[in-house]
Amino acid sequence: MPLSIDQLSDAYRQMLVIRKFEETVRRLYQQGKIRGSFHPCVGQEATAVGACLALRRDDTMTCTYRGHGHAIAKGLSVRTAMAEMLGKATGCSKGKGGSMHFTDPNVGLLGANAIVAAGIPHATGAALAFQMQKKDSVSLAFFGEGAVNQGVFHETLNLAAIWKLPVILVCENNLYSEMTPSHETTSVVETYQRAAAYGIPAVRVDGNDVEAMYAAVEEAATQARAGGGPTYIEAMTYRLWGHMMGDPEVYRTKEEVAQAWENEPIVRLGNRLKGLGCSDADLTRLDSEAEAIIADALQFAEASPAPSPEEAFTEVFA
Amino acid sequence: MPTMTYAQALNEALREEMRRDPRVFIMGEDIGLHGGIFRVTKDLMPEFGPERVRDTPISEAGFVGLGIGAALMGMRPVVELLFMDFALVSADQIVNQAAKLHYMSGGQVSVPMVIRTQQGGGRGNGAQHSQSFDSWMAQVPGLIVITPSTPADAKGLLKSAIRAGNPVVFIEHKLLYNTSGEVPDGEYTLPIGKAEVKRWGRDITIVSYSRTLLFALEAAETLSQKGIEAEVIDLRTISPLDMDTIIQSVRGTARLLVAHESISTCGMGAEIITRMVEQAPDALVSPARRLGAKHVPIPVAEPLENAVLPQVKDIVQAVEEMM
Repeated sequence: MPLSIDQLSDAYRQMLVIRKFEETVRRLYQQGKIRGSFHPCVGQEATAVGACLALRRDDTMTCTYRGHGHAIAKGLSVRTAMAEMLGKATGCSKGKGGSMHFTDPNVGLLGANAIVAAGIPHATGAALAFQMQKKDSVSLAFFGEGAVNQGVFHETLNLAAIWKLPVILVCENNLYSEMTPSHETTSVVETYQRAAAYGIPAVRVDGNDVEAMYAAVEEAATQARAGGGPTYIEAMTYRLWGHMMGDPEVYRTKEEVAQAWENEPIVRLGNRLKGLGCSDADLTRLDSEAEAIIADALQFAEASPAPSPEEAFTEVFA
Repeated sequence: MPTMTYAQALNEALREEMRRDPRVFIMGEDIGLHGGIFRVTKDLMPEFGPERVRDTPISEAGFVGLGIGAALMGMRPVVELLFMDFALVSADQIVNQAAKLHYMSGGQVSVPMVIRTQQGGGRGNGAQHSQSFDSWMAQVPGLIVITPSTPADAKGLLKSAIRAGNPVVFIEHKLLYNTSGEVPDGEYTLPIGKAEVKRWGRDITIVSYSRTLLFALEAAETLSQKGIEAEVIDLRTISPLDMDTIIQSVRGTARLLVAHESISTCGMGAEIITRMVEQAPDALVSPARRLGAKHVPIPVAEPLENAVLPQVKDIVQAVEEMM
């Protein structure tokens, strides 16, 4: 079923929350308030939001270190996400996980992962659990096209296929594996063809089109819930900022990036909403609402206490 | 008490736990139809079916990773790695993932999964099928590492491992599977992290585990004929490490030898002796010693392999030199 105007408006606000989250994190990073790495997902908001719109709360997801958008789209509290970025005790992982390990099992977020491709078998193992528990939940793994040259990617596709597991494999193809153009390092850069080689139904979609993303995942989820097994979705998108803070971006031209901004998903969805009858004032209101969510999260995070040092020695074991 | 082999004891543990808890299932290479190359999973597939006794492709990183995902969603997977050497193929999933997800999530998720495997030499399997990585695993925070030496310990500890609610690396030894021993009847578990004094003695403490523990007991009999009474401690779990039992013993004997099959360098012997020096420096009357594999790959021909791995005579000799 196509998304309603209300759903698209919600998606628009959600994508703005993710964009503003990344902009805020960048500012905090530049102010020296954030430790470690930060891998922004600016330009990839539609893949996360479109896919998660097609999932239920009890469906599970794993994602990547470029995963702030995925996590927020799946339902992670923006407050606890921001607090985690600032290393606060109120962060989703109490300051133990940081940017690359957002987790909240209450919304089905099994974890972002700092090792490329390592979360794919976790989502698939969750799908195995659903199959054995005779539940109709599904699991979704987000990964980048840089993950398709990892061994565990191939191992997991094989296992998902032979056991017909209810897993949706979503490759966000943003053209660059870290700081190297993927076409230089990948034989058959149309990654969905690799899935087809394992007998897994595979499609390629415009990942900057939130409706196309939703439709593809919705169809895959319906099939998986009915016992139809895995689907592979290659979502074509573009990372508008560098791989991480401090990336000199020597691997692409400014012209290429400028051109990509013309195709960025939030402006596209705004135009789509206007085409459906929304006014500029409607869009401004959604923007203000997103702004308020971020402001509230930042205030919460900054006012939160730092963890006490003894917390470092807890939760090694369950 | 019935007598059974180490392999049969493990088989009983798996069968009992699978009957007790429908969330327990096992995965690995050749474990179903074939029953496992060491017969540990013999006849489990006919009883529990191919859903709960899963033959996997030769794909260690993949199926260990799937085990983690299933554990995250409430299952209790027991994943078998045919040889410890193959753990390196899945090392990311074991070390970076299973061991850390609970901590990195601030305690929100947990990985109640057992990785069963076997290690060790003595059969001429060569450098890629004979290694002992127990101390590597013990170095990783977030992993419980169990190394039983007897059928009774194997059964009681495997059952505890399955119920532990945490990632456990359960390390068997390929030359223990056919050893026999008495096993308590019916339902029982053993505490994780608790060493056991397997032989009482007054003159020296020998700390060991896995197959080398049997060597230590044999050496103790030889030493006894020479008037030296060795106390032999079986660690059973190497992480967490039961230093209390070791220190208590050494306070009585004043001498300590640690013997294991994994490589001496950076091994459990180094760890235990260091902790001894840190925690009870006054207990030793003479320097402690360690005995482990030499720092070379494990060769195939018998005289070569025996030269690399610690033997009964090496333990006897080390103790005599220490007296």
